[in-house]
Amino acid sequence: MSRSRLAGSPLSLLLALAFAGSAQAQAPAPAPAAPEKPFKVGVVTFLSGAAAGPFGVPARNAAEVLAESINAGKAPAPYTKKGLGGRPLEVVFLDEAGGTAKQVSEYRDLVQRQNVDAVIGYISSGDCLAVAPVAEELKKLTLFFDCGTPRIFEENSYKYLFRTDAHAAMDNVAAALYVDELKPKLKSIAGINQNYAWGQDSWNDFEATMKALRPDVQVTTSQMPKLLAGQYGAEISALMSGSPDVIHSSFWGGDLDAFILQASPRGLFKKSTALLTAGETAMYKLAGQIPDGTIIGARGSHGVFAPDNELNRWLRATYQDRYSVPPVYPAYHMAQAILGLKSAYEKAQGGGAGEPSVDAIIAAFENSSFETPSGTIKMALGKGHQAIEETVYGMAKNSGGKLTFTHVKRFPAEKVNPPEGTKSADWIKAAFSKK
Amino acid sequence: MGDVLAVVIDGTIYASWLFIIAAGLTIVYGVMRILNMAHGSLYALGAYAATSVVGAWIRGGRAPLVSYALLIAAAIAVGLIFGPLIERGVLRFVYGRDEIVMVLVTYALFLILEDAIKLVWGVESYFITEPYGLLGTVEIGPLTYPVYSGALVLAAIVTGLLLRWGIYGTRYGKLLVAVIHDREMAASLGVNVRNVFLITFTLGTMLAALGGALTAPTVSVVPGMGVETIVLAFAVVVVGGLGSMPGAALGSLIVGLVRSAAVHFFPQVELFSIYLVMALVLALRPRGLFVAPEARKI
Amino acid sequence: MKRLDRTTFALLASLVLLLAGGPLLPEWALFLVTNSLAKGLVVLGLLLLMRTGLVSFGQGLYFAVGAYAAGMMPRAPGLSDALALMLAGGVAAGVVAALCGLLLARYRGIFFAMLSLAFSMILYGLLVKTSVLGSTDGFNVAARTVLGVAAAGAYGRYAVFALTVATAFAAGFLLHRFLGSHLGRLAPAIRDNELRVEYMGASVRNVVHLNLVIAGILAGAGGALTGVTVGHIDPEMAYWTTSGEFVFVAILSGTASVLAPFLGSILLELLRSFAYEYSPNTWQLVVGGAMLLVILFLPSGLWSVFGRWRKVLR
Repeated sequence: MSRSRLAGSPLSLLLALAFAGSAQAQAPAPAPAAPEKPFKVGVVTFLSGAAAGPFGVPARNAAEVLAESINAGKAPAPYTKKGLGGRPLEVVFLDEAGGTAKQVSEYRDLVQRQNVDAVIGYISSGDCLAVAPVAEELKKLTLFFDCGTPRIFEENSYKYLFRTDAHAAMDNVAAALYVDELKPKLKSIAGINQNYAWGQDSWNDFEATMKALRPDVQVTTSQMPKLLAGQYGAEISALMSGSPDVIHSSFWGGDLDAFILQASPRGLFKKSTALLTAGETAMYKLAGQIPDGTIIGARGSHGVFAPDNELNRWLRATYQDRYSVPPVYPAYHMAQAILGLKSAYEKAQGGGAGEPSVDAIIAAFENSSFETPSGTIKMALGKGHQAIEETVYGMAKNSGGKLTFTHVKRFPAEKVNPPEGTKSADWIKAAFSKK
Repeated sequence: MGDVLAVVIDGTIYASWLFIIAAGLTIVYGVMRILNMAHGSLYALGAYAATSVVGAWIRGGRAPLVSYALLIAAAIAVGLIFGPLIERGVLRFVYGRDEIVMVLVTYALFLILEDAIKLVWGVESYFITEPYGLLGTVEIGPLTYPVYSGALVLAAIVTGLLLRWGIYGTRYGKLLVAVIHDREMAASLGVNVRNVFLITFTLGTMLAALGGALTAPTVSVVPGMGVETIVLAFAVVVVGGLGSMPGAALGSLIVGLVRSAAVHFFPQVELFSIYLVMALVLALRPRGLFVAPEARKI
Repeated sequence: MKRLDRTTFALLASLVLLLAGGPLLPEWALFLVTNSLAKGLVVLGLLLLMRTGLVSFGQGLYFAVGAYAAGMMPRAPGLSDALALMLAGGVAAGVVAALCGLLLARYRGIFFAMLSLAFSMILYGLLVKTSVLGSTDGFNVAARTVLGVAAAGAYGRYAVFALTVATAFAAGFLLHRFLGSHLGRLAPAIRDNELRVEYMGASVRNVVHLNLVIAGILAGAGGALTGVTVGHIDPEMAYWTTSGEFVFVAILSGTASVLAPFLGSILLELLRSFAYEYSPNTWQLVVGGAMLLVILFLPSGLWSVFGRWRKVLR
């Protein structure tokens, strides 16, 4: 009898399940008139795990309120059209936690089962690197909005892939330039960075730029505790015993909180100035703990460093209205991605109201520049697929429980990003030597 | 020379933190033969509970000195609620199964607890700073240490002594030793093994939560904080010998000192120094430092 | 011709069904099945170890070695076929297993589990420190051809699937024969009583060592295939949670049949995929809950369900 055969070969069970699933997914959706058909965007950020609080959730929140506001036609010029050129923007959210294999699988799911029109996502560089070839294979317009590694467009070129934030080399080059300018008597530096690609790259870029700018500067120690270590007692002792002038750190999230909380009472920051390249995400929570003089960056002109323009006021008002906290840099990165997409889409429409092809959107996106709450973003690298942006550093000053900033310095995008066709690491070595 | 002193001090502080957690893990294994993967989540639970309670207390503007008592009370409360809940609700149904099945049961509990914590506290990080700074600092050589770290060392020593007295000096402790040595024999002599298990697991949970609660003032309480801790605690008890309390103490000290030496002298190998130690100890003493080789059964 | 036993028949039936059904599967399902079968290979190795009475919490070591060996192959010219990648992965992991086995073969129980965990975490640490290999970000793995078919495009994906199915079938079949052989039957004997096996004149250490190497090769091939399927590898493959997941699938499936690891692996992926879609904020809770239920109510693993069905249907 056939049923016993089925049981004998249990894999058939799976086949049945899979067919059932696909039948459901491929059932034709009732198609309304073309112009009202929503443009569906899959948004992937960390909703769980350690990166959710500082990065994932602010980005998710920004995507939610911005989509609503854009659909209601409330965005300021040049984004006054409702939705994407008249098409409402529909956003589905997905958790980035779980590792690269899972993200690749979920990405396929998003594209093939949920039939999204585009994907905006990825905070982890590993996830970006893993998803990149899949996006190309599935020919799906994909915007990386936050991940930092320069490798994506330096090792490969892609057609369907764009990154609307600058890569992380910028953060550390600018950090070194800032230190060079503000600390003329600098003798020694040290680092404490998380032991994974982001932390290692951050330190390497900073150290390389610093060494090129000031060949005689000493490195007292470079600490690399593992991600989520939480206990930094020994690291703090090692940093203290070298008394460096500046301590570079790309820490974020709970690790950054813990480091500041453990180091402040021990007086580490009395002897040394802390330089926190991603410190902006923690500045509101840690306002009472961050010592005066700490150098803080926001991975671009975001948050407190953002320019005073109409778009920035719109983002801050819309975000703060809903979530009653100010938006931090991942929210600005998300805004860059959404506005970049909107700008390319509407440019591809060519002033009409039609539905442009993916190729037309890509052509419009490449080498474009568009206005955002963080200023003008230029898609200048990676054959027009990789953004460059201005970046800012400033020194924290506590006034009445709130952080204000002094010595704010803005670095133009072209000065802190490599030229097209040059790898960051080579550029850093060549560009900053004062010989 | 100053460096060596710093290595010893930093290593001891780290070891104290580890010991409180590892003690709970090793006592549960010794008595119940369960290597508890959910121990890390219970640690996180203690930290979350302590942060919430102390945070509310301080925000209410009340005497911050009481917060130390609240830290410990929070840990005891977590132990008294979750210990019996897990032991009576889940573990008792799998007694007698293979050790590895037990590990998986606790792995499932770990997954469930991680999400449960997220449902209650969300993904935001929490911290309380008052208890850490309140006691002031001391200067040792060129370095400054918070007195709170000294208190942590003291807490670990007191915990160790209390456990020692509890096991060797009380009636319950003697029953415990009987169960550790031979469960069937103890049961047939009239020891209520059921109660011994319940109390042991509650105690283990309490120790995990205590580790979390005492750490809470120095760290930021975030999702995933338990995952990193549990592997460390595993390494400690495996190095010391599973189920051995002096082993947990020595294991903590070894791991703490090795890690802090790595940080000071070879920051490059810090990431896997602990596993190197673990592999080395196991290669030389296959059952850990404090466990005698087992007779082979025929 | 010799009569086929039931397992061989079921293996053959699954092979034919999967190869014929593959083109009909939607792409995401094809990916899911390929990925789970690749991981099923690792679990198959664990099945052999578990029959020997050993549970390794460090199969991630061989999984990662296989994946990295495969990932570095396309850097050498002329060796970028997925089959070559897989063989390279298996061989590399086998060599590593032979080396680690020198030490590991002496250990039992929880100490075996912990020592293998320590080894895999040392590899994890080394990989994280190696920036040439991309540190924690890892790197992309792209086989240029799969069994001679160009890897890009729908045919390539089916070819990867077919290669994985064929490998899983071959591994399952060979292991099934091995388990029935003289050497293979020593495994449960060692689990039950090592001393008696020694008295019978067999070397327990050699058998354990051999089984470690076989499990290592399977995990390496699985890692290489996972790398080719996913297109990306990173050190997370050597992390202890990855190994823990393999053990979970092994317990979930039970050790009764060589088919069980593959079925368990597919079921877990399906469960995760659906838990993730329908309960995005609490998917760990769903997976953990399902795990508890299986352990509590199906002590011999999922496979025991089929045993019961078979009895009922007969």
